Amino acid sequence: MRKVAIYGKGGIGKSTTTQNTVAGLVEMGRKVMVVGCDPKADSTRLLLGGLAQKSVLDTLREEGEDVELDNIRKAGYGGTWCVESGGPEPGVGCAGRGIITSINMLESLGAYEESEGLDYAFYDVLGDVVCGGFAMPIRDGKAEEIYIVCSGEMMAMYAANNISKGIMKFAQSGAVRLGGLICNSRNVDNEKEMIQEFAKKLGTQMIYFVPRDNDVQRAEINRQTVIEWKPEATQADQYRGLAKAIDENKMFVVPTPLAIEELEKLLMDYGLMN
Amino acid sequence: MATATKKKLVQWDPADVKAQLLEKYPAKVARKRAKQIMINEALSNTTPEISANVRTIPGIITMRGCTYAGCKGVIMGPTRDIVNLVHGPIGCSFYAWLTRRNQTDAGPDGENYMNYCFSTDMQDSDIIFGGEKKLTAAIQEAYDLFHPRSIAIFATCPVGLIGDDIHTVAKRMKEKFGDCNVYAFSCEGYKGVSQSAGHHIANNQVFRHIVGENDVPKEGKYKINLLGEYNIGGDGFEIDRIFKKCGITNIATFSGNSTYDQFASAHQADLNAVMCHRSINYVADMLETKYGIPWIKVNFIGANATAKSLRKIAQYFGDQELIDRVEEVIAEEMPAVEAAQAEVRPRTEGKTAMMFVGGSRAHHYQELFNEMGMKTISAGYEFAHRDDYEGRQVIPTLEVDADSRNIEEIHVEPDSTRFRPRKSEAEMKKLEKDGYQFKQYDGLIPDMEKNTLVIDDLNQYEAEKLVELMKPDIFCAGIKEKFSIQKLGVPMKQLHSYDSGGPYAGFKGAVNFYQEIDRLVNSKVWRYMKAPWQENPQLSASYQWE
Repeated sequence: MRKVAIYGKGGIGKSTTTQNTVAGLVEMGRKVMVVGCDPKADSTRLLLGGLAQKSVLDTLREEGEDVELDNIRKAGYGGTWCVESGGPEPGVGCAGRGIITSINMLESLGAYEESEGLDYAFYDVLGDVVCGGFAMPIRDGKAEEIYIVCSGEMMAMYAANNISKGIMKFAQSGAVRLGGLICNSRNVDNEKEMIQEFAKKLGTQMIYFVPRDNDVQRAEINRQTVIEWKPEATQADQYRGLAKAIDENKMFVVPTPLAIEELEKLLMDYGLMN
Repeated sequence: MATATKKKLVQWDPADVKAQLLEKYPAKVARKRAKQIMINEALSNTTPEISANVRTIPGIITMRGCTYAGCKGVIMGPTRDIVNLVHGPIGCSFYAWLTRRNQTDAGPDGENYMNYCFSTDMQDSDIIFGGEKKLTAAIQEAYDLFHPRSIAIFATCPVGLIGDDIHTVAKRMKEKFGDCNVYAFSCEGYKGVSQSAGHHIANNQVFRHIVGENDVPKEGKYKINLLGEYNIGGDGFEIDRIFKKCGITNIATFSGNSTYDQFASAHQADLNAVMCHRSINYVADMLETKYGIPWIKVNFIGANATAKSLRKIAQYFGDQELIDRVEEVIAEEMPAVEAAQAEVRPRTEGKTAMMFVGGSRAHHYQELFNEMGMKTISAGYEFAHRDDYEGRQVIPTLEVDADSRNIEEIHVEPDSTRFRPRKSEAEMKKLEKDGYQFKQYDGLIPDMEKNTLVIDDLNQYEAEKLVELMKPDIFCAGIKEKFSIQKLGVPMKQLHSYDSGGPYAGFKGAVNFYQEIDRLVNSKVWRYMKAPWQENPQLSASYQWE
């Protein structure tokens, strides 16, 4: 089983990209579990056709310790297993601690066992690595490959660089590696070239360039992935391409994060190219 | 006895002892510690500078406690009728529950919550989802069960990390109840370098939320507050007995054997007598600024110190009746003290002591040892600041660092209706001219002999090394040091909780102390520290082939 975590700046499209890619993997016959690590609990909405999922932490709170695997995971599109770890209301408690608890719970219930026949476990993680809890998926080998979703916007690249720092730290003590950057295009000037260069400087690759397309939005309104909603759309093919690239990826590295000056220079060089 | 004579012959040079304490440290650590280990030069006009109230170096096994311990355990723990509710995991509550031997009487109303352990018992899910709801429910439960006058809430480390808004919860509950004062302390354990930060936080909130709440007049001719006395082993009972005998009314003790009402009425006193300067001087200062009550430093540890402190209080009021009564009481009490002193002195004279405790105790107890003819060869505090070592004159020069800035300083102004200077400016001037000192504490260093060692924030390693090098006849500290020191063959007396003894304050306390220390330093048990087979073989044999 490959254990994959998707990180990236808040609002960059991690959940959307993850679910659409998972749909692509499912088409290829892979068995996938998606674990949403976001207190909003919206990481599996497109696979489940709505926000019907009860989170691990809610279940734990209501049922106590006596929880069964079937209480906390739901079958979604193409037989994917969908889990939402959930968390507190904004502004209270500790969401990071919640993620630690729910991943431990999944493990102790045997969600990752050989007998489950999983090819992939995907972790969709909230925003930047804000505290120890959000780094949980990349600690202790919970996730072994990381993909960072980014765009050519400054803050997205800044976040990607920061996340790389986190990965570098944990890579020194564990098996976690960076698998590449997924560029979720925002139609920034020279975006593709800039992210390719950025990836190179990080010691990794831009594994895929996902162009901007309104079909993504349309599919979301219909609570579906693009592949499910309109299999013949060109954007569906893009996600199939990304799924294939991940499935065939062999390049796993310990990233070399950039100094802030270096990052800014990169932006200047590409932003002012025209 | 061979070992005893050998012990007496031990000679040490303080510079050599200091060098040996630092010898094993890495250079950077040694440099830092060197500033906290001072060879006392007892200069008459100026005291040398010591580094204090700075973070303990990671890796060092410190004797210090945490901020929560200082707030909940030390300052608020001894109060009888305030429900002390700990917001946090159960361990934080349990280990703050009756672990200090603060005694209390039942009170006329029987309202005594000290033997209860109140906690929100936070679980994993409370950490994740926030603990405010549980705290609200716990306050309600305590209120429904006991209907106390007051509920105090204490934050433990996780509460600060997850950001529970305990002050808003407290405020809301106070408004809801109407007849119960509810307030909270942001005293998370990590907040300061030691328990000292917790004292400050406690002082601030007690002053902000309780002092001045009760204006019903308190009767008494000579009304004082006793600040920084925690009634360990009944010390406060003995001091109150003496006050009563002298005709002095103690409005409030902060906080041994105290009640909510005492704190609330404290602004009615005419003098504040400060025992433990470190833990409570903030309240003394604020009482002066807001209500016009002057404060003086006193010490009721040691019979002579007790007599001196009583005279100082009497002199302040300046009333011949009180002055005479105090002299009568001293004359009545001293013969028993002197008899006990004369009895133990032949056995204790010339013996040596070390003390590493508190923010005042390591100073105060030297009085008692002096009275027994014993010399303190090394002493220091766990959580004191430089002014407790060098005297209050250094306060303006204290450096403000990230840690001290972390603790709120509350700004106090004279009360618009209740500020009343207790003495006219001329009266104060006259007292000062006669050598009377207000707001003055000279610290520990001037009272220690030349070439003694003053050490701040002593640790486990240095404690053992010191005992090994200087071989004191008794070592005084807290429970954490108790057995490691005794294993070295030196009797150890706890001066936080007095083991199971006390009181040691006042006149009767002095007698107790003489007898206890005599018993400890003259016990023959220490000579049996080595098992017979460690001295001589019990059986010997040889190999056949030899």
